[in-house]
Amino acid sequence: MEILDYAFMQRALLAAVLVGVTAPAVGIYLVQRRQALMGDGIGHVAMTGVGLGFLLSWSPIWMATLVSVLGAVFMELVRWYARTRGDIALAMLFYGGMAGGVMFINLAPGGSTTNLSSFLFGSLSTVSESDVTAICLLAAFVVLITVGLRRQLFAVSQDEEFARVTGLPVRFLNLLTAVTAAVTVSVAMRVVGLLLVSALMVVPVAAAQQLTRSFAATFAIAVAIGVSVTIGGTVTSYYQDVPPGATIVLLTIAAFIALTALAAPLARRRARALAAERPGGDPAECAIPAGREAADEVGA
Amino acid sequence: MTEPVISLRGVRAELGSRPVLRGIDLTVRRGEVVALLGANGSGKSTAVRSVIGQVPVSAGEIELFGAPRHRFRDWARVGYVPQRTTAAGGVPATVTEVVSSGRLARTRFGLFRKADREAVRHALDLVGMADRAKDSVDALSGGQHQRVLIARALAAAPELLIMDEPMAGVDLASQEILAETLRSQVARGATVLLVLHELGPLEPLIDRAVVLRDGCVLHDGPPPKAVGQHALPGHDHVHPHAPAGAEPIRTGLLS
Repeated sequence: MEILDYAFMQRALLAAVLVGVTAPAVGIYLVQRRQALMGDGIGHVAMTGVGLGFLLSWSPIWMATLVSVLGAVFMELVRWYARTRGDIALAMLFYGGMAGGVMFINLAPGGSTTNLSSFLFGSLSTVSESDVTAICLLAAFVVLITVGLRRQLFAVSQDEEFARVTGLPVRFLNLLTAVTAAVTVSVAMRVVGLLLVSALMVVPVAAAQQLTRSFAATFAIAVAIGVSVTIGGTVTSYYQDVPPGATIVLLTIAAFIALTALAAPLARRRARALAAERPGGDPAECAIPAGREAADEVGA
Repeated sequence: MTEPVISLRGVRAELGSRPVLRGIDLTVRRGEVVALLGANGSGKSTAVRSVIGQVPVSAGEIELFGAPRHRFRDWARVGYVPQRTTAAGGVPATVTEVVSSGRLARTRFGLFRKADREAVRHALDLVGMADRAKDSVDALSGGQHQRVLIARALAAAPELLIMDEPMAGVDLASQEILAETLRSQVARGATVLLVLHELGPLEPLIDRAVVLRDGCVLHDGPPPKAVGQHALPGHDHVHPHAPAGAEPIRTGLLS
């Protein structure tokens, strides 16, 4: 495997695996609470962080983490307090974040919008040694939260009102979900890019759902799909010289289509197995009561 | 007299600028089964949701197990069945996974032990859903959804059950099972506060009925007897849900 001989590809593949694990792991809770596009919003806000990183000559990945966490906390606060005008506030946050990113990067010495493009769409060759350290630390945090608190996050995302009555700290868990999603955006920005990260949070989960009946299985299959497409996309982008982010996202959508096509015959087989298992239970088809035929066949 | 489990005194609440509760008093004592009745928009759902802290209260006092509600922390003692037509979320989940959420109040940091898994299985047994434990909640009928939501509330073995319209959209077979489940909970000594549209198959279980109208308590005492055609065996109310104030109070309860 000559691809592993290059240090930059080793770093890129490690980053890709971590993105493949973390993005669907957070995304499943966002999909469950029907906030599938939240990752997209955070991605926009993170652009300001990247721009600030360039302007102040700080690590763009840590600046992006800081700004997107602040943005995510703000989004949660908007959700609590501004019920009616919440969407307008969020729109301002998203586009303000994007505009801020472009502005700051152009103010930076020697910076131009072209610097931004590797952050928007991902770039393998630019994953540095220090980026890998940051990505590993951030990914560890995401896995710790999404796996360690899975029962609590499941309960809150399934039925917020009920979760409150079981005494769970619902506001804290909502904030934690938002912060974890923001951290995931920073993890993913080097590999898939800020504009495409949301796809990797949502589409593997949607693809896994085509096959599964349980949350646990959906989680496991979504992560498996995530890792497969990020590795597949990274390797393809190395051999074919295509942008990794776009390759990964297109592969994810292909996986979704393939699994959706597979799901229909699978569901039919499962229904037949169930019917065989429960004889006399729910019949698969409606039985037409006998003795009605004569009346039904009345001609005009 | 046993001690009150729920106590509301002079509770007022507004939704927006519209008063929904206009100073209601309600006491539920240990072991009692109390039905909260009234037309749509009479404030019965708001009343139970104020008890569990889901609706801000502008005046009055609410106590749970003798403690002021804002200081009450012992939520494992309360089982809540929200008014829902579905137990499903945006991602597939099995019946067991949904019911397990109800057990979290009894666990430390969400770690499940053997006893917790058994409690979840027992709750599923109580509502007759044990054979569907591994099925996706998406595949269930309306009545089965309601049974799952009740099992979720029972998983923590609560002393107080609060149910918001548990019979809404439930088929007859599930209604019978729910009535049986409730009977076993009452026999166990549970206290129950139910919001109901009509008494239906739960009637024999109910000790006391509180009827609300326009945010005020209209009747507090023995459950009103059904009269006229409402008393006929097999009589079933099928009411379209109309906007508040558009229809009269259920006649079977008050006339």
